[in-house]
Amino acid sequence: MRKFLILARKRPITIAALAVLAVMLFLTILGPATTPFDPNKMQAKSRLQPPNTKHWFGTDNFGRDTLSRIMVATRLTLGTSLCILVLIAFFGIAIGSVSGYYRPAGAVLMRMVDAAMAFPSMLIALFLASIMGPGFITVLIAVAAVYTPRLARLVHGITLTIATNTYVSAAKAVGVGELRILVRYVILNALSPIIVQCSFQLAQIILILAILDFLGVGFPPDVPSWGNMIATSRVYITRAPWLLIFPGVAISLAVISINIVGDTLRDALDPHAQEHIH
Amino acid sequence: MTDFIVRRFLLMIPIMLMVGVICFLLIHLVPGNPAELMLGPEADGAVIAALTKKMGYDQPLYMQFLKWLQMVIRLDFGMSIYSHQPVVSLIAHRAEASIFIACGATILFSFFGILVGIISAVKRNTWLDQVSMTLSLTFASAPSFWIGLNLMLIFAAILGWLPGSGYPGVIETGNISNLRYLILPCLTIAIPSTGLIARLTRSFFIDILSMEYINTARAKGLKESVVLIKHALRNALIPVVAVIGSYFAEIVSLSVIIETVFNVPGVGRLVVESILQRDYPTLQALLMFIAGLYVVVNFLCDVVYAVLDPRIQYD
Repeated sequence: MRKFLILARKRPITIAALAVLAVMLFLTILGPATTPFDPNKMQAKSRLQPPNTKHWFGTDNFGRDTLSRIMVATRLTLGTSLCILVLIAFFGIAIGSVSGYYRPAGAVLMRMVDAAMAFPSMLIALFLASIMGPGFITVLIAVAAVYTPRLARLVHGITLTIATNTYVSAAKAVGVGELRILVRYVILNALSPIIVQCSFQLAQIILILAILDFLGVGFPPDVPSWGNMIATSRVYITRAPWLLIFPGVAISLAVISINIVGDTLRDALDPHAQEHIH
Repeated sequence: MTDFIVRRFLLMIPIMLMVGVICFLLIHLVPGNPAELMLGPEADGAVIAALTKKMGYDQPLYMQFLKWLQMVIRLDFGMSIYSHQPVVSLIAHRAEASIFIACGATILFSFFGILVGIISAVKRNTWLDQVSMTLSLTFASAPSFWIGLNLMLIFAAILGWLPGSGYPGVIETGNISNLRYLILPCLTIAIPSTGLIARLTRSFFIDILSMEYINTARAKGLKESVVLIKHALRNALIPVVAVIGSYFAEIVSLSVIIETVFNVPGVGRLVVESILQRDYPTLQALLMFIAGLYVVVNFLCDVVYAVLDPRIQYD
């Protein structure tokens, strides 16, 4: 972690990315308390206003303030993404480490992972979301189910290497319990590549959430989320392009920032990448 | 080498079997009767019973699976619930637009991605490198459908240079200029992909440039262009080729979204339609088809990789 801070200080772009994420996290925690207008208040007389001094990002077809809606959507998108990431991390690490540590279990589990990964992730998410119907839980399960095999695959690979280390055999020899070996010796040592992978997956999750919303199988359409806002903007694409542009910029900013922080994390935590820094 | 190819080929069989099982089980994952789900909540009881019987959903699961497997091996995926056409001909009909889009985009992003990546690596840490890498990251991070809508806004709605949606087939109408309908979808897939490939090429190329044999080549007094093209490029392209090959799944996902954005009647939109219309026979066939292509493309990639890079030992 110290290495990360040293490296971040050298890269102004990482600082900028961290600042963007800090603002978004702030919006996620505080939620509706921060918005200049009520994000759901409809005002017929101020509908489809272009950006102006009162409504910085303009208003939508119901006269709702776009800026306020984007701010509320930050909470929904980032909050959901983080929940999904926790699910993926838990199941991915559990499946991956068990299958890497117990070879026979691994043979079966990894073939299943292989087959699951033969389908483009988005199609599976789309299918799962469509049979469960729009909603928060649906999105949570569909996206987590898609990305868990990917993390499991990575953890499996790392575990295979770690399990051959002498300290694992030593721990076994002095009679340390299996579960304890798995958690204390294997998983803890695999943590840095897992953290790096998770940071990139967070960016992917945000994108796939937006896609599910856009295709109409994500959050219910009246809920303000970045994807839903872009989806509704399609109808007004020529009359009110600001409805299209600003939510897209929000998604892009979030994803770029996470990717930049992920890059820096990778350079700081991966000893092999160290050579490229200087 | 032959040994490796044969073994790698045989490995496809268990993977395809697993894929088949998953495709088959997908519709049974859903709680309730698949026929009921396909027909929707307001369907008549007798109609549901008829469809259940017709599709064989009342038989035991293993019987259904064996019957399905038999059909799949004969490339017969049954009839679409929605359009009442044979699924295979439905897919064949939709394939044209998707093939054009996928090939066009692949050519575009391979060429520009590799070009930008190499220039950035050679001009490493200059302003040119930083600008192109920042742009690459931006394009690779922006949501693809949003890029598509922006292109539609600029080139179709504001400038009016290109049609913004639909695609009357070239084979059907015999009019080759209809390909202009596919320019924006192609660009939309190519733009984020170019960013990704450029970043990868750059990092592979930088790795290669720090190798000792490049120093040797320079030390013998070879011209810089010879060092870069003959010694560095050929080696750096090996992993890039592998990445472009495995990028296939990404192109499929992108096509699904982009064909929806631009209203192009391709395989990708058929996937969305069959999911939203709960047309499960079509969906099963599409998933088998896509996963099968993916497995074959991966196999070809591994083979090409092994041919290109004789240092790699496979055992």
